[in-house]
Amino acid sequence: MVQNAENVVDHFQLFRGPEYREMFKNKRDNFENGTPEEEVNRVAEWTKTVEYQEKNFAREALTINPAKACQPLGAVFAAVGFEGTLPFVHGSQGCVAYYRSHFSRHFKEPTSAVSSSMTEDAAVFGGLTNMVDGLSNAYNMYKPKMIAVSTTCMAEVIGDDLNAFIKTSREKGSIPQDYDVTFAHTPAFVGSHITGYDNTMKGVVEYFWGGKAGLAPKLERTPNNSINFFGGFDGYTVGNLREVKRIFDLIGAEYTIIGDNSDVWDTPADGEYRMYDGGTKLEDVANAVNAKATISMQQYCTEKTLDYIKTWGQETVALNHPIGVAGTDKFLMEVSRLTGKPIPDALKKERGRLVDAIADSHNHIHGKKFAIYGDPDLCLGVAAFLLELGAEPTTILSTNGGKSWEKKVRELLASSPYGKDCEVYAGKDLWHMRSLLFTRPVDFLIGNTYGKYLERDTGTPLIRLGFPIFDRHHLHRYPVWGYQGALNVLVWILDKVFSEMDAHSNVAGKTDISFDIIR
Amino acid sequence: MALRQIAFYGKGGIGKSTTSQNTLAALAEMGNKILIVGCDPKADSTRLILHAKAQDTILSLAAEHGSVEDLELEDVMKIGYLGIKCTESGGPEPGVGCAGRGVITAINFLEENGAYDDVDYVSYDVLGDVVCGGFAMPIRENKAQEIYIVMSGEMMAMYAANNISKGILKYANAGGVRLGGLVCNERKTDKEYELAESLAAKLGTKLIHFVPRDNIVQHAELRRMTVIEYAPDSGQAGHYRTLATKVHANAGNGAIPTPITMDELEDLLMEHGILEQVDESIVGKTAAELAA
Repeated sequence: MVQNAENVVDHFQLFRGPEYREMFKNKRDNFENGTPEEEVNRVAEWTKTVEYQEKNFAREALTINPAKACQPLGAVFAAVGFEGTLPFVHGSQGCVAYYRSHFSRHFKEPTSAVSSSMTEDAAVFGGLTNMVDGLSNAYNMYKPKMIAVSTTCMAEVIGDDLNAFIKTSREKGSIPQDYDVTFAHTPAFVGSHITGYDNTMKGVVEYFWGGKAGLAPKLERTPNNSINFFGGFDGYTVGNLREVKRIFDLIGAEYTIIGDNSDVWDTPADGEYRMYDGGTKLEDVANAVNAKATISMQQYCTEKTLDYIKTWGQETVALNHPIGVAGTDKFLMEVSRLTGKPIPDALKKERGRLVDAIADSHNHIHGKKFAIYGDPDLCLGVAAFLLELGAEPTTILSTNGGKSWEKKVRELLASSPYGKDCEVYAGKDLWHMRSLLFTRPVDFLIGNTYGKYLERDTGTPLIRLGFPIFDRHHLHRYPVWGYQGALNVLVWILDKVFSEMDAHSNVAGKTDISFDIIR
Repeated sequence: MALRQIAFYGKGGIGKSTTSQNTLAALAEMGNKILIVGCDPKADSTRLILHAKAQDTILSLAAEHGSVEDLELEDVMKIGYLGIKCTESGGPEPGVGCAGRGVITAINFLEENGAYDDVDYVSYDVLGDVVCGGFAMPIRENKAQEIYIVMSGEMMAMYAANNISKGILKYANAGGVRLGGLVCNERKTDKEYELAESLAAKLGTKLIHFVPRDNIVQHAELRRMTVIEYAPDSGQAGHYRTLATKVHANAGNGAIPTPITMDELEDLLMEHGILEQVDESIVGKTAAELAA
């Protein structure tokens, strides 16, 4: 089967044709020095054993498929949430190409970020010139309202000092003296994308509240009744932030979403290209100092930021990516307590509808075993919801989770009889998860797109929940927070449960006694 | 008092660690609560305070535990003479890795874990020269306010002092770091005091103290003690106390240094008759050629 213009065959068909199959076989037999198939199969079987798992868990100097990304990715995520803000990553170009493509693959939207293009000479002489020229170019070409600077490994290893470099850039006239440039050191070899989010948010808040890095007097705080809100690093940010705004509006709360990137990653196709869209207004970030309190939806994404905010006398509330009835209840009750406003009937009705939906379907989820992996807060939120549904999470793994996270997950598990058989793995990767799926089998795996390799290897059906999701479209438009969000998650879980049932009962005359039209 | 941060820089082997530990011991005598941050892979910035060979460094412990995030402050901070808190960044073995990054990692760890809370002085003891961005970490904004350069009348020590001034100048314009002054650790070279004074003047700073050479320092060192502790009544201890008092009173009096060129430095030595005017006609000639 060769291609011809009359009938162009796609890659699914083309490479399965006899010519290509023969070519691949020849290549393998004659050039690749391949291991015999039976040996490959033997080793593949061995990797499913407990013996292999022990070796796998004894690994010290190797990480395979970590379920985390690096700090500057989180920095870019945070930076695009501010009005007219251009993320500027001080370091090498390739890193920034990765952040742009990673987000574009998930959100199916362009993501604008620039780099200071450091190369060999900058590594030797320091990146000051790159900063000075880069800020000038970025400012003049892309006309941002603000530039948010972060760093890649290269700038961090040689110890470039962002504060001093940006000051020098002002003095050299590459940007106006009073132009807003926030900054955060985000070494990619420390922490993960959630640390980068935290550092960047702290950098922005500290810049606006603490006197704009020496350009203005430190703000004075005059407390009002408003509340600040951080979503944390969240793949559902488009749907979630819109849902959160709807909830705040229903309650009648005064609020500031700090880092609102819900519009920039969902721009309409109406003929106008929007490099920047929406975002938290810069004066709102400054005024946020006066807020009564700050709520973070993701504790582990905002640890340093909340610590800083506390020093201003604000109350801070940190949640763990709440999903489900109890999680949403807690969120709403905190908002109600802080604002002094009651939870409106409209939301109470939504709650009732969610409870009703759970009651309608819980028998299909009850007792099912789940493995979960992802960011620390997401794992907590998903696990709490599963326990609520009567499902049994038995494996929870977070590459960027630490000791305090592990403790918190164990406390959550101890609070429910459905959590008693669960093991928690902090700092482990997806190759550990692969072993666990063989030795502690589960009914379903919950994770991001990379879980599809685990699904293929272990046969565990994957429910896509997390970041990134590259191979399913538009999920980021749906909230997972609020009662409506929990309903979405419930539906995604159920869809998989039912399609698995169908897939296992569709052989005519053999299994189709259970191939029911009603589930 | 507000947290005061100072740093000691100087050529390797000049006596930075000895001078800084004696000065800090004297500052502790004056009732100050002190934190030492050793920024030298050799990790010898705290041995006289701790009476130890070398304390476990932040980076060696981090390597042992897997990552710096797994460390607790108590693991890396030891309490020594007069309650002085001691930490050492540590770093890689010579010839591998990046010691500069080690300094950044260590200082970030200490700050984030509250080591800077409840102290009056943070003192950084930094190796040799400001060779890269990492070793400039202690002079970034919101770190050391004043730098004290330990030097002597030797040419290379003065050369190093001048180089360090260049590093400070880079950061002084953008940030708040200032040169607090020179500390001359006597080597008994010719006209040492005058030279040190002149260099200080050229650099736009002052010779904050001239520490005379005294073998008692060596006696104390062998016992892994500061002179302040070993022989509190000695004249040398008095010198360190004077230096400490001067440093203490020097808050806010630092200057932006005015480093000089290599030629100017040589001129300075000639001015004091240390270096003779070079006869250009003999440069590059072998002994045989000159004899001919």
